[in-house]
Amino acid sequence: MKAAIVRFPGSNCDEDAFHAVSGVLGHDAVYCWHKDHDLQDADIVVLPGGFSYGDYLRPGAIARFSPIMREVVDFAKAGGPVLAICNGFQIACEAGLLPGALLRNESLRFISAPVHLRVESVATQFTSGYHVDQVIRMPIAHGDGRYTADADTVERLEGEGHVLFRYVTPDGERTSGANPNGSVRNIAGIVNSGGNVLGMMPHPERAMEPLMGSVDGVPLFTSVFESLLAGTRA
Amino acid sequence: MTRFRLAIHIVPRRGILDPQGKAVTDALHSLGFSGVGDVRVGRYLVVETDAESADAARASARSMCEKLLANPVTEDFEIAAVEQS
Repeated sequence: MKAAIVRFPGSNCDEDAFHAVSGVLGHDAVYCWHKDHDLQDADIVVLPGGFSYGDYLRPGAIARFSPIMREVVDFAKAGGPVLAICNGFQIACEAGLLPGALLRNESLRFISAPVHLRVESVATQFTSGYHVDQVIRMPIAHGDGRYTADADTVERLEGEGHVLFRYVTPDGERTSGANPNGSVRNIAGIVNSGGNVLGMMPHPERAMEPLMGSVDGVPLFTSVFESLLAGTRA
Repeated sequence: MTRFRLAIHIVPRRGILDPQGKAVTDALHSLGFSGVGDVRVGRYLVVETDAESADAARASARSMCEKLLANPVTEDFEIAAVEQS
């Protein structure tokens, strides 16, 4: 399996994502420069974290018009899995691959800290390796992570099981204190209605080895690779 | 073609929490501006563009806002002024 990791000017989690896929899990990974028009026959696309275009105007607002985004949108529309992390989530929302938007943290502070997440649904190719209500731990590092969407969109996401991760206490309780950025209903990660585009503010690629303090990101990557392998066999 | 100067205001949509606006409101209250109700902090852009007419410049500005300058999920925009520059 091969992952295409898109590099925008200002991406800074591209190497972490590469290491997660290649160094830790032993799959192929390639970098795709944002000006390219070639995803190099990858099976999955990663939009990594960072500060593409310096977050000018709004995070992700300019990156969404990068040349390669045309291929990324086509890839997603054809059902290809896209993992959009942090700035990647912001870009995916701006590109219309996911509903809603990420706004400035309610505290107005940049937050770099480990958080606890509750896995809300395992019926997706990204979360099949977890169990429902499992509490996992991985870091966040963002200034603009407050997920927001209009009330109808939030109801639809909830009703269709498209909220995959929520900020919770270590015991799995959804409280306002466990919500680092003011996201509506503590939403940390969502999937599109096709089930193939995951957007999340926390960093699974930084929770891959004991040295990183957590290995809770591993099942996310293995879930999607196993789902792809099962698809090839079928 | 004439060169126009467009003044565009972009503000967080009413009903969406604007923590910057709230911080400014609190600061104004503490300075004694007790009559201040709601403050929202947005962006102000000045765009120079060539267009056939002021109406065309305004239409172009609207399109710029819809496509790039404002986020339709969270922000409202207003084309405050169109002047010949």
